[in-house]
Amino acid sequence: MNIIEKIEREQMNEDLAPFNVGDTLKVHSRVVEGGKERIQVFQGIVIGKRGTRLNAAFTIRKISNGEGVERVFQVHSPKIAKIEVVNRGKVRRAKLNYLRDRVGKQATAVKAGK
Amino acid sequence: MSIGLLGKKVGMTRVFDETGDAIPVTVIDVSDNIYVQVKTTEKDGYSAVQVGYQPQKDVRVNLPRRGHFKKWNADAKRFVREFRADTDEELPNPEDGGPGTDVFQAGQFVDVIGTSKGKGFQGVYKKFGFGGLPSSHGSMMHRRPGGIGAGSTPGRVWKNAKMPGREGGDKITVQNLKVVQTRPEDNVVLVSGAVPGAKGNLVIIRPAKKKSAPDKKAE
Repeated sequence: MNIIEKIEREQMNEDLAPFNVGDTLKVHSRVVEGGKERIQVFQGIVIGKRGTRLNAAFTIRKISNGEGVERVFQVHSPKIAKIEVVNRGKVRRAKLNYLRDRVGKQATAVKAGK
Repeated sequence: MSIGLLGKKVGMTRVFDETGDAIPVTVIDVSDNIYVQVKTTEKDGYSAVQVGYQPQKDVRVNLPRRGHFKKWNADAKRFVREFRADTDEELPNPEDGGPGTDVFQAGQFVDVIGTSKGKGFQGVYKKFGFGGLPSSHGSMMHRRPGGIGAGSTPGRVWKNAKMPGREGGDKITVQNLKVVQTRPEDNVVLVSGAVPGAKGNLVIIRPAKKKSAPDKKAE
């Protein structure tokens, strides 16, 4: 096996729940504040995935107090403690950037999937 | 102590550190480095060690070098480079075989020397970052270098004036890169950041000239 692949595989987080674009996730990330570690939860819709293997990342969007907030997470970062799938969504695109132009109820409207 | 290693750039990837930050790293293969000749002050006038890298068939090595390998009882290698030591005491015992990844330790700073990728014949925009000349308003000089000299004094073009020409393919030293990891089992060293040259190129890793070496006692 190629050495780069080996280095990457060692760091990959294999036991994350599989998810797709359109799903609603709860991402539990580790935050260090004042020397103490705590878990912060970010819930939103996955609007895109990029990269493969160790370089995989995803963008997640939520509406917070009427303002759209997006966060990009590295899938295999040790900062991610857990990923919970709240809802499966059924979408027809790989990137849900159209949600950015929407306001109100429409902004989070993704069809429920299986 | 400034003994380093010869290696091959394998490629780049990333490593997550303990805080979860991703560090871009270059993977450098340093397998099968051997000591060829050890030079002592008494015999050679200065202390140094010759290190060989990458196995080579005997027939592919020219005769003078083949004789040199034979004299020092070393296997034929494609590349041989010399590392200077400050005193004879620092010289390794040639019977140890060769230097390995243990020459460096994680957290140490190193300089990496390689040959940069050749870019071919390039203009002054790319080669020296010139700003160029007006694109419009009747200007017909766009990507050209502009004036290259003065009038009657000095009455010639200065030496080393920046002009279009071959770019890349030069020997480049990148200083003060951090060793992120050494992996003795795979014979590779992971160095933070980019390293000159294409994948598969020879690179030389040596302890950083401008940073003090780490305490060897820690081992």
